[in-house]
Amino acid sequence: MTMTKTVTLRVFRGDSQGGQLEPYEVETYPGMVVLDAIHDIQAKQEPTLAVRWNCKAGRCGSCSAEVNGKPRLMCMTRISHFREGEPIDVTPMKSFPVVKDLVTDVSFNFEMAKKIPPFKPRPRDPDGTWRMQQKDIDRIQEFRKCIECFLCQDVCHVVRDHKKESFAGPRFLIHLATLDMHPLDTLDRRELVKDRFKIGYCNITKCCSEVCPEQIHITDNGIIPLKERVADDYFDPIRWLLAKASGQDGKKTKVRLPLSTDAAVETSAATRAEKAG
Amino acid sequence: MAIPDQAKFERHEHDVLIIGAGGAGLRAAIEASAGGLSVGLVCKSLLGKAHTVMAEGGVAAALGYVEPKDNWKVHFRDTMKGGRYLNQWRMAQLHAMEAPDRVKELEEWGALFDRTADGRILQRNFGGHKYPRLAHVGDRTGLEMIRTLQQHGIHCGIHVYMECTVTRLLTGGDRVRGAFGYWRDSGRFVVFHAKAIVVATGGVGRCFRINSNSWECTGDGQALAYFAGAELMDMEFMQFHPTGMVWPPSVRGTLITEGVRGEGGTLRNSEGKRIMFGYIPELYANETATTEAEADQWLRESTSGIASKARRTPDLLPRDIVARAIHSEVKAGRGSPHGGVFLDIHSRRSAEDIKRKLPAMYHQFKELGDVDITRAPMEVGPTAHYTMGGIRVDPETQESRIRGLFAAGECAAGMHGANRLGGNSLSDLLVFGRIAGLHASRYAKAHGVPPLDEDEIGVAAREALAPFERVEGPNPFLLHEDLKDKMQTFVGIIRSEEDLRKGLEHIARLAEATARVKVDGNRQYNASWHQAIDMRNMIVVSDAMARAALARKESRGGHAREDFPDMDKGHFSKVNIVVRRASAGMEIEEVVHADPPPEIQNVLDEA
Repeated sequence: MTMTKTVTLRVFRGDSQGGQLEPYEVETYPGMVVLDAIHDIQAKQEPTLAVRWNCKAGRCGSCSAEVNGKPRLMCMTRISHFREGEPIDVTPMKSFPVVKDLVTDVSFNFEMAKKIPPFKPRPRDPDGTWRMQQKDIDRIQEFRKCIECFLCQDVCHVVRDHKKESFAGPRFLIHLATLDMHPLDTLDRRELVKDRFKIGYCNITKCCSEVCPEQIHITDNGIIPLKERVADDYFDPIRWLLAKASGQDGKKTKVRLPLSTDAAVETSAATRAEKAG
Repeated sequence: MAIPDQAKFERHEHDVLIIGAGGAGLRAAIEASAGGLSVGLVCKSLLGKAHTVMAEGGVAAALGYVEPKDNWKVHFRDTMKGGRYLNQWRMAQLHAMEAPDRVKELEEWGALFDRTADGRILQRNFGGHKYPRLAHVGDRTGLEMIRTLQQHGIHCGIHVYMECTVTRLLTGGDRVRGAFGYWRDSGRFVVFHAKAIVVATGGVGRCFRINSNSWECTGDGQALAYFAGAELMDMEFMQFHPTGMVWPPSVRGTLITEGVRGEGGTLRNSEGKRIMFGYIPELYANETATTEAEADQWLRESTSGIASKARRTPDLLPRDIVARAIHSEVKAGRGSPHGGVFLDIHSRRSAEDIKRKLPAMYHQFKELGDVDITRAPMEVGPTAHYTMGGIRVDPETQESRIRGLFAAGECAAGMHGANRLGGNSLSDLLVFGRIAGLHASRYAKAHGVPPLDEDEIGVAAREALAPFERVEGPNPFLLHEDLKDKMQTFVGIIRSEEDLRKGLEHIARLAEATARVKVDGNRQYNASWHQAIDMRNMIVVSDAMARAALARKESRGGHAREDFPDMDKGHFSKVNIVVRRASAGMEIEEVVHADPPPEIQNVLDEA
């Protein structure tokens, strides 16, 4: 028979007006994660303790919070990760307004998502399919692992300090990078990336990549290439299209251009001329 | 807590209201808004967090990209056979015919499935599917799908109500008029006025101790429809997914994708023996390999585009068969240390392949289970995963027997019969989400807005607030724990008349306790209040499940009876069990199963 062990969590209790850390003692069991402990407190001690969660398997990105000041998914943070006697402080994400206890108002992200012009594919190939090589989509499949936990938004000091000026934040720069590198997409969003979503504000401190629970290389694979494309290719639509057709950054691989490229170049050039005129 | 002034309740009006924002709800909303209507989409959680994100292995569609011989007829046959022929044949037909278009449409909206060597959508093997049929993205297909639908949907002019829970449908006793609910953050009430409603709220897994479901899967839509007068059907058929995690306790029940077996993984007992060769049922005997050599040849060839002469590996038999095999091995004392069996991929594929094809599984076991699946086997056991039962709908339109009330996805019944094949849920929600959205919008166009009944709204508000009014009463969290244990024990993977009767007694006791439940605090983000409301729904679906299970005196698909271990070739092969609300309480009826017309029967008889 194993001895029951207990652990003490200090959990933020409060709302938009403020609050404080309250200690709770919880019995542990094998594999226990912080979210289990929070649920245990909820069921046995504080039924009104507010927490947002869904899957408890690291797939949905709902239970984002800060544990000892580090942005984390509570469902993926093992209690055994902490040394015995080490405090476990659970607080809401700092970048977003507190609703209650561990729950924050993340509506900023959903508003930002709506502002990004959606995917617009080129026509299908004559056989009704869209041919894409796996190696050309590997990188954006990495970006599409994003579970929208918004921990990257939480840790980003530009979002923390400037979000009212509408910096998109790492999550949405990654989405913009996905669209920009999508082999089928035809829309040129570079002006928006630069002027509306303010990619220039990002000074590549890589805090976002460090906290990403999906280990997406947000800065290296997403934001930096996107910055380059916005800067280098800004006045060079043909190079931009070549890059697009390859699904990569245009410098590494060259693949056969799809049949519709000529038309797309013309359209894009026309749009650009219109905008310039 | 005083009853608030109902004239001040927040009110919204839409042509079509969709309740539930997983794959089916989102797809329905997109379709309904395409008709130029005003569409409201109510999510219990934040948008994009619904249980669809947990789907892993893939979406089944007879695209024929990996195996050109595949077509809708084969998919239809596999689905009907997997469902032990209790499926509504017309739904299974529509599903098989339309799934390829629905998947291609996702590509049009930005989805990026894994590719074949010639650049088309790659398809993988799955249980019960004759050919490699599942379009997938590693082991995170559900995430790709919900994100695609979400990113497309937010630009379709749909009004999204996040963290909003509907507690009652408003029907005025005859047809859909609207819905009543509360905002999670403030606890304030909201009234929706709508011409048509699509319920797409997903499953019921939270009724069981060991389950793979998120907290939202509490049978809300089934209960809402039941209280509104709609019928539930096939509720006895509960899918226990064969491979949930069993250790450590924190993650017991968490899903391990069937894709592990699709990629060559095999189930072994404590003696190291591959167990599935001992559990091949007669129904699948002709098409299943009987030796390890044959099974491995099939795996090797079918995944390399070679038309294999070998038969399929028994590791990929339908889920009900595999789940019961694991249950039997454990019962016979040949289980793993923590009460499961071993799932071995490490000796079958290279570490590199495993990390590339099953990254989420690798991560999940490393982080939560302290197991490196490239070096050691996983311990797995059955976990309550999916309900084949749900709201009874018209196969052509997805409309329930309440005018203007439609249902789609897991909360609707009929498509899967007695057992669902893996991959058929993601295609189900696309196909029937679209059909429900389409017919809901047609209905809304053809009908005016019926007035709301203010008394009905008052009743709903008083019901919702009652737990705050009581001086004392049971704790809703503890009642839920109690229900999960009783359902697991008495209405679980293997059932008997004795157990089901005990289960029903417990459900009656818990129903009574739920009616007395007391919650503290205020209405702002109050989980115990939400739990109290969800409990009402879980009691309804648990009760329906146990009663239907008691009535079906045979074993078929996701319903196994110790006292009736065989599949009945007579009476029970011809009936579906329907549950409805009557003045005296819940009543059940056996309704005759619709036989397919001759031309469809011919499709089933081919091959």
